[in-house]
Amino acid sequence: MQKYSIFNLVKNAFSNHQNWDLAWKDPTPKEEYDVVIIGGGGHGLATAYYLAKEHNITKVAIIEKGWIGGGNVGRNTTIIRSNYMHDENGLFSEFGMDLWRKMSQDLNYNVMFSPRGIINLAHSDAQMNAYARRGNSMRLNGIDAVLLNREQVKEIIPMADFSDNVRFPIFGGLMQPSAGTARHDAVAWGYARQADSMGVDIIQNCEVIGFDVSAGKINGIRTSRGNIKAKKVGLCVAGSTNILAEKLNMTLPIETHLLQACVSEPIKPVLDNVVTFGAGHFYVSQSDKGEMVMGGDLDGYNSYAQRGNLPTLQHVLTEGIAMMPFLSKLKMLRTWGGIMDMSMDGSPIIDKTHIEGLYLNCGWCYGGFKATPASGWTFAHTIAQDRVHELNAGYSLNRFSTGHLIDEKGLGTKTWIS
Amino acid sequence: MLYINCPHCGMRSQNEFSYGGDASVKRPELNKEVSDQEWDSFVYNRKSLRGKHLELWQHISGCRQWIKVERDTATHEIFRTFKADEEVA
Ligand SMILES: Cc1cc2nc3c(=O)[nH]c(=O)nc-3n(C[C@H](O)[C@H](O)[C@H](O)COP(=O)(O)OP(=O)(O)OC[C@H]3O[C@@H](n4cnc5c(N)ncnc54)[C@H](O)[C@@H]3O)c2cc1C
Ligand SMILES: [Zn+2]
Repeated sequence: MQKYSIFNLVKNAFSNHQNWDLAWKDPTPKEEYDVVIIGGGGHGLATAYYLAKEHNITKVAIIEKGWIGGGNVGRNTTIIRSNYMHDENGLFSEFGMDLWRKMSQDLNYNVMFSPRGIINLAHSDAQMNAYARRGNSMRLNGIDAVLLNREQVKEIIPMADFSDNVRFPIFGGLMQPSAGTARHDAVAWGYARQADSMGVDIIQNCEVIGFDVSAGKINGIRTSRGNIKAKKVGLCVAGSTNILAEKLNMTLPIETHLLQACVSEPIKPVLDNVVTFGAGHFYVSQSDKGEMVMGGDLDGYNSYAQRGNLPTLQHVLTEGIAMMPFLSKLKMLRTWGGIMDMSMDGSPIIDKTHIEGLYLNCGWCYGGFKATPASGWTFAHTIAQDRVHELNAGYSLNRFSTGHLIDEKGLGTKTWIS
Repeated sequence: MLYINCPHCGMRSQNEFSYGGDASVKRPELNKEVSDQEWDSFVYNRKSLRGKHLELWQHISGCRQWIKVERDTATHEIFRTFKADEEVA
């Protein structure tokens, strides 16, 4: 594989950049693989990469029904953070933060990781207390957290509404300075390119339509391009998890819902951080191109539509304008949506299943982009060793029947109601 | 925007409704032994179908009744609506 470097950039300039190697190949499916990963989103690509890199398993295929990066990994608002209260989430995400910090070097691909800090705004004393508690839990797990008072928040984001007679005055906020954003497409492409270079077959335009299971063991998959034998199969299909689970006669603690996001026209730099509204569900950051990147609530009912409705968008942006009134002056450039695997406690599942050789990675809700490296790393471990790593031990499938839920937000079984 | 035909009030915009999830889920009968597995399925496990989906909505800014709606989760087409206690054939 050609390294991306200043030297190669100059060298290729002499041939008008016509002779770069393809970033990844377009192989035809082989008859059999040691591991087949279904889904060429961030998690599937990262899993294949860590299978090859950490476990020396390279007879691997990623099967993607569309094109890699066309799912949620290419549709999210790129917020990366580990500001969780529960140990399972905190330790898993903080492990991921380390991988994020090294990712561009590790993948030889600029993923533009930008640790610009995230601020969760508080709008009441009770919320400040809750944030103090969460911040303390974070610090006990070695995660950076700073409780900001109103004046400190005002210094960082003076454009927020600090006037006296607002419905939700800003009392302060909880900041994780090391949180940030990254270029989402680059993450998918970077993992794909490295996985490909280590021998992983990336097979696009190939839909998995069924499974070959006998005597409680997986033997392979059925696809739109024929049958493929596999010793092990990992599911990384995010919002399509329920569809494939049905083909396995599994009913999961997952519902598929739609989340929208939007960007404004590009403007001069105005916002250095990621900021979330505390009295509803709205968040905003500014992209390197200058667009304000905004998102918030789910559309609120089961959906596979990959496009959203206006009432939700209007609701979300109303919150945004309450928080930062200047946003009302901006023109909207684009809106879009992605279908998401909402788990019943808001936390993910990375586990083995009752079918030997079949592994499950799902339940990422609003927050699976930041989890990409840690999810890939732990899922690769789970598949390669046929046992969960301590980092994903809490993300078990049977926690719902044993009562060991990881209900970070206290939303119960209806994480889609908020 | 979805338009939902409330069996009590007629056609209204989705803004008047709130969503209640899969309407085909049945609470276990309490007059017999209920296994953990049955509770687990009732509380947490959902098919989340792509296509025709029978679901609960509440006409929260209208008659406040719970109703059942048969909707396509991929196209959002609404086929039929029912009163909460109506049997769906
Ligand atoms: C609008 C929006 C904003 C978001 N914002 C954030 C954020 O700020 N921070 C954050 O951490 N997370 C965010 N998320 C969540 C995050 O994007 C997802 O949790 C994460 O990307 C899911 O993992 P993935 O990348 O592997 O999924 P995907 O990219 O969706 O990958 C799944 C892949 O599986 C493929 N597939 C499905 N069915 C089949 C089949 N039968 N055969 C073959 N292939 C199949 C799909 O085509 C798809 O490419 C957001 C999501 C959305 C929609
Ligand atoms: Zn009504």
